[in-house]
Amino acid sequence: MEIIQNLTEKGTFFLPSNISATLGEFDTLFYFILWLSVIFMVGLIGVSAWFLITSKRKSSDQLAEKQITHNIPLEIIWTVVPTLLVLFIFWLGFKQYMLMRSIPPNATTIYVSGKKWFWEFTYPNGKKTIGDLVVPVNTPVKLILSSTDVLHSFYLPNLRIKRDVIPNRYTVLTIEPAKIGNFRIFCTEYCGDKHSNMLATLKVMSNDDYYAFLKAVDFDDSIPLSEAGKQLYTKKGCVACHSIDGSPMVGPTWKNLYNANRVFTDGSERIADEAYLIESINYPQAHIVTGYQPVMPSYQGLLVDQEITAIIEYIKELSD
Amino acid sequence: MKNYITEKKGLLSWLFTKDHKRIGIMYLFSVFGAFAVGGFAALLVRLELFTPDQLILTAKQYNQSFTLHGAIMVFLFIIPSIPATLGNFILPLQLGANDVAFPKLNLASFHVYILGALVCILSIFMGGIDTGWTFYTPYSTTTDTAVVTMVVGAFILGFSSILTGVNFIATIHYLRAPGMTWFRMPLFAWSLYATSIIQILATPVLAITLVLLILERMWGIGIFDPAIGGDPVLFQHFFWFYSHPAVYIMILPAMGVISELVTTFSRKNIFGYKAIAMSSIAIAVISFLVWGHHMYTSESELAATLFSILTFLVAIPSGVKIFNWIATLYKGSISFETPFLYFLGFLFLFVIGGFTGIFLGTLSTNIHLHDTYFVVAHFHYVMFGGTLYAFLGGLHYWWPKMFGKMYSEYLAKWAFWLIFIGFNMTFFVQFIMGSKGMPRRYYNYVDEFAIYHQISTVGSWIIAIGFIVMLIYLVKSLRSGKKADKNPWGALTLEWLTDSPPQYHAFSKTPVVTSPPYDYKASSHE
Repeated sequence: MEIIQNLTEKGTFFLPSNISATLGEFDTLFYFILWLSVIFMVGLIGVSAWFLITSKRKSSDQLAEKQITHNIPLEIIWTVVPTLLVLFIFWLGFKQYMLMRSIPPNATTIYVSGKKWFWEFTYPNGKKTIGDLVVPVNTPVKLILSSTDVLHSFYLPNLRIKRDVIPNRYTVLTIEPAKIGNFRIFCTEYCGDKHSNMLATLKVMSNDDYYAFLKAVDFDDSIPLSEAGKQLYTKKGCVACHSIDGSPMVGPTWKNLYNANRVFTDGSERIADEAYLIESINYPQAHIVTGYQPVMPSYQGLLVDQEITAIIEYIKELSD
Repeated sequence: MKNYITEKKGLLSWLFTKDHKRIGIMYLFSVFGAFAVGGFAALLVRLELFTPDQLILTAKQYNQSFTLHGAIMVFLFIIPSIPATLGNFILPLQLGANDVAFPKLNLASFHVYILGALVCILSIFMGGIDTGWTFYTPYSTTTDTAVVTMVVGAFILGFSSILTGVNFIATIHYLRAPGMTWFRMPLFAWSLYATSIIQILATPVLAITLVLLILERMWGIGIFDPAIGGDPVLFQHFFWFYSHPAVYIMILPAMGVISELVTTFSRKNIFGYKAIAMSSIAIAVISFLVWGHHMYTSESELAATLFSILTFLVAIPSGVKIFNWIATLYKGSISFETPFLYFLGFLFLFVIGGFTGIFLGTLSTNIHLHDTYFVVAHFHYVMFGGTLYAFLGGLHYWWPKMFGKMYSEYLAKWAFWLIFIGFNMTFFVQFIMGSKGMPRRYYNYVDEFAIYHQISTVGSWIIAIGFIVMLIYLVKSLRSGKKADKNPWGALTLEWLTDSPPQYHAFSKTPVVTSPPYDYKASSHE
């Protein structure tokens, strides 16, 4: 089991650890606003408490000591000073925001696709991963985000950054992690039943490891096919919607699926043989089993033939 | 002597009354009902979140619970809470009038509200709705839940809100007592005036948006769903063009109540009357120009920057009001009865809500905090700590006027402290987990956030106990409360000239106003 950095253990009282090479100042601004607020808050509470204590009514017919309806200089001060302060904060936030949004010309490009309910990443050499975003350390990476279904949002708390992921539109996010390790990625735009399971891991590697990763062939042929299929079941995100113990989830269970008779929403029926399973993986909308929603994204191009075979072997093994 | 409650008997005499006082009371019990349903949904959500994995709800039920909580609390509770209940009952009396300008329209607004509420409730039985109260497309156009029903409910409720707004504006223009110039009008009336402007101008935009959403869902007209050529971000613009001003529909009347409470319980003329009155209007106007601050993570850099500046500017009038209220306390004669405790609670919680708003208005910090629990905590501090506290303060303040009975001050203070402690326990930890990265609307969460969620859930139980205590002493007050005087707090505004409870025609003789609304005397003259 790989270790993903805990968001609450490291870092400061309010913020997780900051691994950004460019947004170190973020935490400074956050705590600047925080302490300014605390100072004002203490001031307001102090003044109020003083008024409350000194003006407490002692007998039921006691009148106010004085009636004061306005004080122009005071009112000007308490309008102008906060205005200047918030405009100053605006300026600091604006500068930092422009830094967040700027894209260094030498950035590596990785495509990010959000689907119900997993993240798919496509690297410059065409390699694809699901659930793991692998990036080199101290290198600007430009993420081009899009969705194939509903809105998602791509959030990296340790980098202090997020961007909405919108269907039929490309949005851009730049990151530059300065620390090697594994960090959390969340979906932060509500997207349905498995929204809170739409997690991914940011894997920051040394440059050498990153290039080795790009070149490596994923498929491990030293183990039995069905065993490889079992690994792919979690690695490729099948686990999010298909159970292996017979319980119904968003999609049909894989338990006893092989050679079972399937009834579809259009009234037709078919035996779940290899051909059907391959079709379901590559063209999931072709036949929808009754009682289920047509929500599965296509895995065409995401799995190589060997991987599809391995998954089918695994499904076979799950059938009596 | 008969009063508005004993004037006529029977359920129908209530359901078809044109009396603003009876309509206000019916609204009051309706919003209590809505609050109970919305609160129950919130308790379910919090209970589910006690552990990182499934506890009592499935993912779908959880999503339906938080949607129900949001939709009911916003459309059925907070928006009508102060204007339709306290506003309906008190505004005409405060102006020295015997009713609102259009009593039949007022009744219609109540009937429309009930109809809208029933349609919303119907959606629960049609399988619920799981989009979140914001109905973001294309999720809302593709999910298989009862979105259309809930949206029709919200659409209908909007008209109730518009009718109340129209009525209040006409009432304030035409039914002020002789001598009550605009600047002799109580600040509660000013705040309702500003609120009504927003209700009339912004609510139609919501109606249009919701109609488009229904058309998109039923006939696929291709405006919001990108799969058929629409733009999902357009929906967000439309939605927040109403829903951000709606935040001020919720908070402005609260600020009006707070102004009344601070003067009465300190026996002080309000500090900066004109500044407070005008800042309400300023907020109403600027509130239309800040909707884009809900979309820093999806809109262009230029738009985000403009909306950030405007957002900071709208904060200033609210800040000015805070300073005015605190200055009003200076050298007053302060009595710490329950309504005043709610004033203090409001001040404390609303200021925290305001300061945390700075983190969210600032461009870069927003990017990190957007859609995390930090936002959830922020708006609960403003809506619960702000609007609900003012509503409860106003309710305890005007309760003797509305029902002619006092309540147990002892139990009322217990309820106040339970709710105050429970509230801070529930929501302050949400700031911390939010800024540490906990996203909102999560059914499961990573283990490291468990401790924060557990504190928060226990806090929600303490709030619930506080409200149960409140229910007990309010019911007891209705059954056997001590009879209230005309003016138990020694306030100066006109509603306190009427009997407690008022007669059907509250003023047999129209009062004549000769002084500003908070013209309290001082013990020392200089």
